[in-house]
Amino acid sequence: MIAIIKYNAGNVQSVQYALQRIGADSIVTDNVAEITSADKLIFPGVGHASPAMQYLRERKLDQLIISLKQPVLGICLGLQLMCKHSEEGNTQCLGIFDEAVKLFVPREGTESEVGKLKVPQIGWNNIYNFKSVLFDGLKEEDFVYAVHSYYAALGNETVATTDYIHPYSAALQKNNFYAVQFHPEKSGTVGETILKNFINIS
Amino acid sequence: MLTKRIIPCLDIKDGRTVKGINFESIRDAGDPVELAKLYSEQGADELVFLDITATIEKRKALVELVKRIASDINIPFTVGGGISTVEDVALLLQNGADKVSVNTAAYKNPQLIKDLSDAFGSQCVVLAIDTKKEADGQWYVYLDGGRTKTGTLTTGWAAKAVELGAGEILLTSMNNDGTRNGFAMDITAQLSNTLPVPVIASGGAGTMMHFKEVFQYANADAALAASIFHYKDIEIGSLKKYLAQQHIPVRL
Repeated sequence: MIAIIKYNAGNVQSVQYALQRIGADSIVTDNVAEITSADKLIFPGVGHASPAMQYLRERKLDQLIISLKQPVLGICLGLQLMCKHSEEGNTQCLGIFDEAVKLFVPREGTESEVGKLKVPQIGWNNIYNFKSVLFDGLKEEDFVYAVHSYYAALGNETVATTDYIHPYSAALQKNNFYAVQFHPEKSGTVGETILKNFINIS
Repeated sequence: MLTKRIIPCLDIKDGRTVKGINFESIRDAGDPVELAKLYSEQGADELVFLDITATIEKRKALVELVKRIASDINIPFTVGGGISTVEDVALLLQNGADKVSVNTAAYKNPQLIKDLSDAFGSQCVVLAIDTKKEADGQWYVYLDGGRTKTGTLTTGWAAKAVELGAGEILLTSMNNDGTRNGFAMDITAQLSNTLPVPVIASGGAGTMMHFKEVFQYANADAALAASIFHYKDIEIGSLKKYLAQQHIPVRL
């Protein structure tokens, strides 16, 4: 059984629908026993880092998440909360990954970029430099959908890269912890491949 | 590289697509989910569903529809039309909508934008503006689907809305809408070049070149159209290939 961790952040329903489309059953839960016994966990998230961390701490879900031994996939804010620190609300996060989460600084686009690079980034961007089973079966430069103002810098745990304003971590991985900055649940067939790859991790 | 988005817009009444003409490839072009799937397969980057249902009772059909769209479609979508409260939005987002667009209600009660962005994040709050260029050469905000004129300049309202937390602007030019003579370049460029958030250009698309122009010369982040896609004058896949040849970054 796949458990989607329930907390005060959005996109939970979209993740559950996406899993349904690839034929995977899931439950949405904040119950410790259900989380501990799940085969795989998804840690979703859309929203603000500071209230999200506060919510997790109040329910001691922060300690639970870092102690998990089964595969965990963080999505968007989920990835950022799995890092050490976020500039959003100057928030201490879970510290699973060493990378720092920073706010994009907008800049003018180059000629090929056509137009200003605004914040948040909203839309489809390509990912490359794959170093994880999550991306098995995909082509370098395949497109995924992202919506975010903060990003995790490149580091030792980076397993896919995206360029927006500058290169940053599209995905991170350490031991049983996986995370993507973009939304696989909204990234068409590419996203579905990534979710299937995660589900098939043994 | 971040790509420019092509967004088909589907008008919905009582849970059915209003314009959806003669698609041999799908069973029921009146079914928004069937049409949405077709556009998604053709390469649409996002979808907008605009509910034009008049009565509150029938609006309940919208929530059921949002559920069906979210469970069947694997790209992001926005829902708009008659949204006026935080509760309306919570229901749509909980059922799988990615963003909502607000228009007249936000103008009448700008606090709504702040409340929505505080509650759900600005990434899901799209401010739709219907705008018209008057004889004085200025672009004004119109309400109630274009029926009511205001004395407010579009640039001012857009800037205020972004300050309150709007994450994106969907700008429809009433002068251009339905003409197929191209997007409103001046006001689109003005907003896109001055606002810190993405601008979706809408109204006037007639040829592939119009899309190229609105991206290249008006710096739009996305372009929305309805009838040219519904009547199959332009197929989304061909449009994106054309744009790529014209050096506009698109997802192929």
